[in-house]
Amino acid sequence: MNFKLRIWRQRDAKSRGKLVKYDAPDIPAQASLLEMLDIVNERLLLRGEEPIAFDSDCREGICGTCSLTVNGEAHGPDHPGAACELYMRKFRDGETIIVEPFRVKSFPVIKDLVIDRSALDRIVQAGGFISARAGSAPEANSIPIPKHDADLSMEAAACIGCGACAAACPNASAMLFTAAKVSHLALLPQGEPERTKRVVSMVQAMDAEGFGNCTNTYECEAVCPAEISASFIAKLNREYSKASLRRSAGE
Amino acid sequence: MIGNFDARTPSGPLDRKWTSHKDHSRLVSPNNRRKFEVIVVGSGLAGGSAAATLGELGYRVKCFCYQDSARRAHSIAAQGGINAAKNYQNDGDSVYRLFYDTIKGGDFRSREANVYRLAEVSSNIIDQCVAQGVPFAREYGGLLANRSFGGAQVSRTFYARGQTGQQLLLGCYQALCRQIAAGTVQMFPQTEMLDVVLVDGHAKGIVTRNLRTGKIDNVAADAIVLATGGYGNVFYLSTNARGCNVTATYRAYKKGALFANPCFTQIHPTCIPHSGDYQSKLTLMSESLRNDGRVWVPKQKEDAKKPPNEIPESDRDYYLERKYPSYGNLAPRDISSRAAKEVCDEGRGVGPGGRGVYLDFADAIKRLGEETIRERYGNLFEVYQKITGENAYQVPMRIYPAVHYTMGGLWVDYNLMSNIPGLFVIGEANFSDHGANRLGASALMQGLADGYFILPYTLPNYLAGQMGKRPSNDHAEFKKAERDIRAKIDNLLKINGKRSLDSIHRELGTLLWDKCGMARNKNGLEEALRKIPDLRERFWSRDCGIRVPGDGEDFNQSLERAGRVADFLEFAELMCLDALARDESCGAHFRDEHQTSEGEALRDDENFADVFAWEFQGNPATAGPKLHREPLHFETVHLTQRSYK
Amino acid sequence: MIDQKSEPQSAAAATVRTKPRGLISDFCHSSVGRKMIVAVTGVILILFVIGHLLGNLQIFLGPEWINAYSQHLRDLGPLLWLIRAFLLTTVILHIYFTILLAIENRRARPERYIDRQYVKASWASRHMVVSGLVVLAFIIFHLLHFTGRKFNPQFPLLKLDPLNRYDVYSMMVYGFQNVYVSSFYIVGLFLLTLHLTHGSSSFFQSLGLNNQRLTPRLAIGGRILAWLLFIGYTSIPIAVLLGFIKPAQQL
Repeated sequence: MNFKLRIWRQRDAKSRGKLVKYDAPDIPAQASLLEMLDIVNERLLLRGEEPIAFDSDCREGICGTCSLTVNGEAHGPDHPGAACELYMRKFRDGETIIVEPFRVKSFPVIKDLVIDRSALDRIVQAGGFISARAGSAPEANSIPIPKHDADLSMEAAACIGCGACAAACPNASAMLFTAAKVSHLALLPQGEPERTKRVVSMVQAMDAEGFGNCTNTYECEAVCPAEISASFIAKLNREYSKASLRRSAGE
Repeated sequence: MIGNFDARTPSGPLDRKWTSHKDHSRLVSPNNRRKFEVIVVGSGLAGGSAAATLGELGYRVKCFCYQDSARRAHSIAAQGGINAAKNYQNDGDSVYRLFYDTIKGGDFRSREANVYRLAEVSSNIIDQCVAQGVPFAREYGGLLANRSFGGAQVSRTFYARGQTGQQLLLGCYQALCRQIAAGTVQMFPQTEMLDVVLVDGHAKGIVTRNLRTGKIDNVAADAIVLATGGYGNVFYLSTNARGCNVTATYRAYKKGALFANPCFTQIHPTCIPHSGDYQSKLTLMSESLRNDGRVWVPKQKEDAKKPPNEIPESDRDYYLERKYPSYGNLAPRDISSRAAKEVCDEGRGVGPGGRGVYLDFADAIKRLGEETIRERYGNLFEVYQKITGENAYQVPMRIYPAVHYTMGGLWVDYNLMSNIPGLFVIGEANFSDHGANRLGASALMQGLADGYFILPYTLPNYLAGQMGKRPSNDHAEFKKAERDIRAKIDNLLKINGKRSLDSIHRELGTLLWDKCGMARNKNGLEEALRKIPDLRERFWSRDCGIRVPGDGEDFNQSLERAGRVADFLEFAELMCLDALARDESCGAHFRDEHQTSEGEALRDDENFADVFAWEFQGNPATAGPKLHREPLHFETVHLTQRSYK
Repeated sequence: MIDQKSEPQSAAAATVRTKPRGLISDFCHSSVGRKMIVAVTGVILILFVIGHLLGNLQIFLGPEWINAYSQHLRDLGPLLWLIRAFLLTTVILHIYFTILLAIENRRARPERYIDRQYVKASWASRHMVVSGLVVLAFIIFHLLHFTGRKFNPQFPLLKLDPLNRYDVYSMMVYGFQNVYVSSFYIVGLFLLTLHLTHGSSSFFQSLGLNNQRLTPRLAIGGRILAWLLFIGYTSIPIAVLLGFIKPAQQL
């Protein structure tokens, strides 16, 4: 297959970037989008040009490293799935494909298509954990957890931390990410003791990182490769208001 | 040799060894702990759990990973589950049985004491993970669910959907985040370790490169923990993440750490086959598919290119059912992998490049209906369709074996310390627990056992004698290591040849897959050993070698990968040497010369019940590595031969 | 000894810590809290819009009804002013916090996508500020028009009805007989409807009164409500323009 590419090139965080045109002839239909970029890079290299920098690691949709906006959609048009799970046969022969990085102020571009998502780590550092010291854990079956709760918690925990939710959100909001993290732990009895503090600190950290605000457009859940439901955002809102009430009651 | 080549296995009865060892290990008092700095390289299950636990104990930890976040280490991709001897099913499981299954699965090439300890702490891991909020699958009554997994007759595998690895990793990532917030752990993502620095024979620091800025740093510490995973990517194509590499362990090896059993690499039989040279990665499909699928290839070479539906029943060869009538399509991993390679080598392989066999569900669909099959394997069929574009309900799936775990790694003693004092190695990066073959759902168990429950006891035992011995990071040894690293980077940038890095790496991978893959033999290995130095020479050749654009002072992905491939090109030789020296078959190491009449691996316990540990002797072109052998003593188990006919 | 040369990720985490504020201030400064304020004020305004429509629809029952209704409102006296003040405050809060959020949202993505496709986010959900501002302009016009009795030369000429009440009935009819005025009303109501197709279900999400099962139903219910309001409101100018309703007094 043959493609025309327009790819975002940007030297570093401070430089201005632009879309650059490339031709990508003779691409096997079975190749993934990232493999297509590998091929283009190999050709660029042999022509003495600098290859396109882009991030990827596991290439099976679980590590959340890849972070491309393809033809205007986070992770490309084949939802649900990460960019590494996007295959060229999904495109028309001769199609023009535009590849941009995830564009969120809190995810500054490092180079070309590579971005810095440490903001997400910092949200978790603010409270996205259960304080359980190794060695002090009680017997695993001592607290039964209703299957429904455990399953729901698992659904939230499936988040791969790619940041597509913020990238796709018209407001660049990271609510779905934060909501998934908060819900995962709030749904488990083990998460109970730190429940109030956790949601308040995490929302505070999220705001401090400079993400936008959720306006319930649900664009996030449509592009989420882990199919996290936006109803977890409702859960987060609920948790937050409960926590605010509890705190105002002095608990 | 630097340090001590002594397994330090405690004496006493097997089930008392770990307890008594803990009781007699030295401790560091709480107010002294903050005076010690510990470097942890890698943030997967082993590294992440170790860094978090050591931070919690009060040590000052610096944790490094090449990924952009600690949460992305490749432990995340593990699907199946994690074993633990909880005996929640009341089906007769016990610590001893988990120990025995693991040591037998490893074909009796691991240490009894280490494996027993692993089985012993397995229960604590589940407790710890549940307390951290890992959402394991549960039964309706709210108790934890289990499933059975290959190589065991009991249900002892805990799982979280098809993403147990990600959930366990998130557990320790969250614990790590908590320590980062508390200031006990400093996290350095996108930072690669390029060298270990030894001062007075002890590992006292590392040299790192910030992948984002290209900055080289010297970091001093009281002890170093390597948790850098396996080296499966030496084969170019594997189920490992693109970034997985041997650099940290190989460079430690070049500084004098012994590398043990490098030829023990596990091949998984059910992966989606590769479809062309451009392919960057192989994807694993759950082995459970073999419960209902039938494996076949055409009887005639000429039919291999035909669409499968045009090949009549009489022209199909259901080779697993033919060769292993009683186990059939459920023959163990290594056996079915080898059988697939065999038929493909005969030219009967299907799909692009003739590297694939059919896994056909037509009979199962006829028998059980498509709905049942969809219920059982729906998500796997979706993954398959996404990658190949084929509907496996209508045309048979194509599968092929792929490298996915490496049992070999740096040699460690019972304390998980390498022969270099102060250099600890945990998780897949060490060689310790899986022998010649790893059982399913055991990798996660080992990583977390090492990080949560073993290292926190054995590391203080070393640190207790090291108070005040941390050198400054401008010590002459650091300066020297930094100079060497800078020179190496400059050399890579100076090659300016005509080939792409991938093309050389692919060539290396193909060579190893053919000669040091599922089945090995003397001639093939010798041929590989002749070809690898030649390949290395071509890599470095000024005019026709690789080309690394850009410079070292920048975010430069080509440079990162060039350094890793350069190490693979040296390491591959060590692997082949090990495979050649181990003149027996055992577990995943199958030497054509040594098989039973039934085509099974034939061990030679008399001569090879040893760990092979290799010592670097300088430039591999001039001096081969030196082999040290650690005899394995089996006091409790009786060595038996596997049979699956 | 902390290594001065390398910069750990944790260094940046310190910046996340925000100064402790009062609980209410915390709430009003957090993205979730602000969103809830917008939601609560939104609900109040929706209730007003429904009530207002029910009042207006009395025009179809003849001058008796609607004139009595309007006299009844006026008889409330100071209470009417209280209600008006309450509604005004609600509108101001609703707009103030929305604008605040919108400014942050723009800042959260300084570099726009060159190519942008939406998978799920509806036009209405992405243009709440625009539709809201047009609705605001419409409300101002509407208040001047009927409450301030501007724009229509006939209004000052209208006499009291036989029971000495304002002849609201005729005022509405004369008002809507002007095609331009009626068209502006219909456009204004159309934008209000768009605003409500999103807003009337969105507040469930913002207030956390939502879950995976409810979300799609609420979304449909919200749209139905918004369009019922549209039909109800526009039925009046259309009935006037088509001549179904004639003024009670001729001028």
